[in-house]
Amino acid sequence: MRDVAIIGVGIQKWGELWEKSFRDIFVEAALNALDDAKIDKLDSMYIGCMSSGLFVGQEHVASVMADYLGQRHLAATRVESACASGGLALRCGLIEIASGMSDLVLAGGVEKMTDVSGDGATYALATAADQEYECYHGATFPGLYALMARAHMKKYGTTRDQLASVAVKNHDNGSLNPNAQYPFKVTLEGVKNSVMIAEPLRILDCSPITDGAAALILCPYERAREFTDKPVIKVTGSGHATDSIALHDRTSLTTLDGVKVAGQRALKMAGRKLDDIDLVEVHDCFTIAEIIVSESLGFFKPGQGGAACEAGETRIDGKIPINPSGGLKSKGHPVGATGIAQVVEIVHQLRGEAGKRQVKNARIGMAQNMGGSGGSSVVHIMEVE
Amino acid sequence: MSKPVGIVGYGVHIPRYRIRVEEIAKVWGADAPSYKRGLELREKSVPPPDCDTITLSVEATKRALKRAQIDPAKIGAIYIGSESHPYAVKPSGTTVAEAIGATPDIHCADLEFACKAGSEGMYIALSHVKAGEMEYALGIAADTSQGAPSDALEYSASAGAAAFIMGRKNILAEIEYTHSFMTDTPDFWRREHEFYPQHAGRYTGEPAYFKHTLGCAKALLKKAGAEPGDFKYAVFHQPNGKFPMRVGKMLGFKTKQIEQGWLAPRLGNTYSGASPMGLAAILDVAKPGDRIFMVSYGSGAGSDGFIWKATDKLPAVQKVTTQTYALLDEKKFYLDYGTYAKFRRKILKNY
Amino acid sequence: MNPARYAREIPHRYRLEAAKCKKCGAVFFPHRLICLKCGHRQFETIKISEHGKLETFTVIHTPASDFKDQSPFALGICKFPEGVRITAQIVDIDLEKVRIGMKLQVEFRRIQTDGHAGILSYGYKFVPVI
Repeated sequence: MRDVAIIGVGIQKWGELWEKSFRDIFVEAALNALDDAKIDKLDSMYIGCMSSGLFVGQEHVASVMADYLGQRHLAATRVESACASGGLALRCGLIEIASGMSDLVLAGGVEKMTDVSGDGATYALATAADQEYECYHGATFPGLYALMARAHMKKYGTTRDQLASVAVKNHDNGSLNPNAQYPFKVTLEGVKNSVMIAEPLRILDCSPITDGAAALILCPYERAREFTDKPVIKVTGSGHATDSIALHDRTSLTTLDGVKVAGQRALKMAGRKLDDIDLVEVHDCFTIAEIIVSESLGFFKPGQGGAACEAGETRIDGKIPINPSGGLKSKGHPVGATGIAQVVEIVHQLRGEAGKRQVKNARIGMAQNMGGSGGSSVVHIMEVE
Repeated sequence: MSKPVGIVGYGVHIPRYRIRVEEIAKVWGADAPSYKRGLELREKSVPPPDCDTITLSVEATKRALKRAQIDPAKIGAIYIGSESHPYAVKPSGTTVAEAIGATPDIHCADLEFACKAGSEGMYIALSHVKAGEMEYALGIAADTSQGAPSDALEYSASAGAAAFIMGRKNILAEIEYTHSFMTDTPDFWRREHEFYPQHAGRYTGEPAYFKHTLGCAKALLKKAGAEPGDFKYAVFHQPNGKFPMRVGKMLGFKTKQIEQGWLAPRLGNTYSGASPMGLAAILDVAKPGDRIFMVSYGSGAGSDGFIWKATDKLPAVQKVTTQTYALLDEKKFYLDYGTYAKFRRKILKNY
Repeated sequence: MNPARYAREIPHRYRLEAAKCKKCGAVFFPHRLICLKCGHRQFETIKISEHGKLETFTVIHTPASDFKDQSPFALGICKFPEGVRITAQIVDIDLEKVRIGMKLQVEFRRIQTDGHAGILSYGYKFVPVI
């Protein structure tokens, strides 16, 4: 199996991009990545996209994007695993290069979410849950995470303030990220007094509806220097796992076993321990998600993720910086693009290009991407040479 | 005389929401005290948006099955009498039969005869068993009654259901006599595609309710060679609190005989469900040997009369599941008119 | 709601029918074709009990469009004696009084209404024990 490097990253300002189409959003990010890698031809492409059919009425995404990227006849594939589609696209590209099938692969992700109403977006996102046994009864995504939050609060005494501290920390970080959708700070009181969505989660506990895309250029590690003068980022670990689609079928309502298994697999492949990780981007679709993910990955003992965030341990200058990019919370959450954007952030950090939000001495970074209420998860570990 | 037939299981369901007469009167500038006095109504049950004739029927039947302790697959027929079947075309009975596990070997029909459809279902179910056609048959009386905003009916139209499993084994209340009485009397109707029924005002009283209830009751008493004093209990259709008491007194029944099944003052008019639910409330307390006189009434118009006799099997099952008065009086939620209007889909959304 | 899609779930939604593995006894709701625990492929049909215990809940204030008129409503996960958990709405309760650990019972309710003319969808909701 060949080692794989990331030689280019592309991302643009995320948000409600009223002027930009689904295809333009993706092509802009992809062109950025191609330019960053200083290449113009690809061997293949994987695009993470959760629900373009419901968001913009367009399936057959691979054909549209390859063509508009100026790569007609490219071997392009759309990858779907709900909000983990992006992370999975990276894994697919990684496998293709590791196998020796291709050399230059773009792994990207895109979602255009604002061409439907809020109700339409709620509906589209809910398709990542069990349609017959969750959504049929009125479950929404905030609702499912709220169920986890309430169970976590009951079992471990996680507090409303601790949930809010995740949003405060991520908005602090996001305020330093020029590409973030909401690069403003929020206060503890602001989060706690924001509009109620699904008790106990309020609007500022939730990641937003976002248009956006991100892209990575992958190549065999031994060829990386042919293309780039920047620090070469090696993908050393990739872990992928699924879990039950329905939250109620999980072994526990307060841990995410799919995340745990994916994390262990990634660490094993990289030959690393958790202690080796300098920073991590996690899938904070809701504040409670960051807390439970940080525990399931093993950074904190079960029930201590909230207290750790509140104590500042996960800040950029903390013991283990979590979501220096601002996370899904502040940066935005164009679902199919999120997993790729997390890796874009890790690359910026490992290259030392993260500006004001730079994590000091960042050598090894982890990105954890998650689908649905935890029904799938993809974890990658990146290292700088 | 042929082998006895009767009720082998019964159950009731009532939505937990209520609205008081004053709350409705306030909105329409009506005189609440005179309504309460004139109609003897205090409050009525209100179905939330997720309750309808089908769901009420299922819950009432689940209670009937708990009392009957029979295999639902042995039920050979299901009849639901209602004037608020959720579908204009598609039976309520199929859903109910499926929910209780009585499909697929079962006969089914939805019935409609204004407020008498429920007793019709009971009558047909009894007849099947009496004829030896089947071991058990299910008659359900259920409604989420409609009353137009500001109309007199709005103060009474309520929701509830009673289910009766008829059979020959382990009878709780044996049927002694039945009688039906009917003429063509247009006192109350609802045309196709209309939301709310219309009524003919005071014509619904003397020439309609009273004529048919009395006509049926007198014929039934005669058939049985009985007098009002022979009965421990009596229950009549109760479009309001006043009519059943009055018709009972006209026949010679006393308040004491009527009041156990007199649910209207705090339940309202459950249309098809009215007298059957009253019967269920009586069965909750009746003792072996007690005879029960029952006459329903449905506009259009007609009455079904039944004489029941409680057996020694009844006391053992009275408390195996929630009783009628508990459903009527416990864990109630009072609604304001706005929420009531939302629940009953009376708010016009212009989009 | 597509009628065929709705109708095929009726045994689960109306009667809470579950599949019990004939080999290891594990219970699944809804049914499965292969046992998650032991891989056996034969099951018997059992009924889930009427009463469950609430393990977690939320009150949804921004529901999907089909549930707008019911907002806010409580949604909870109950654990049943057979070992399965089920997600459903909790109704007929003061939303302030919902508590983890409380006993709830299953009641038959209308779940969705497909516009003015589509089919009516029924199933289970949780209500306080009466």
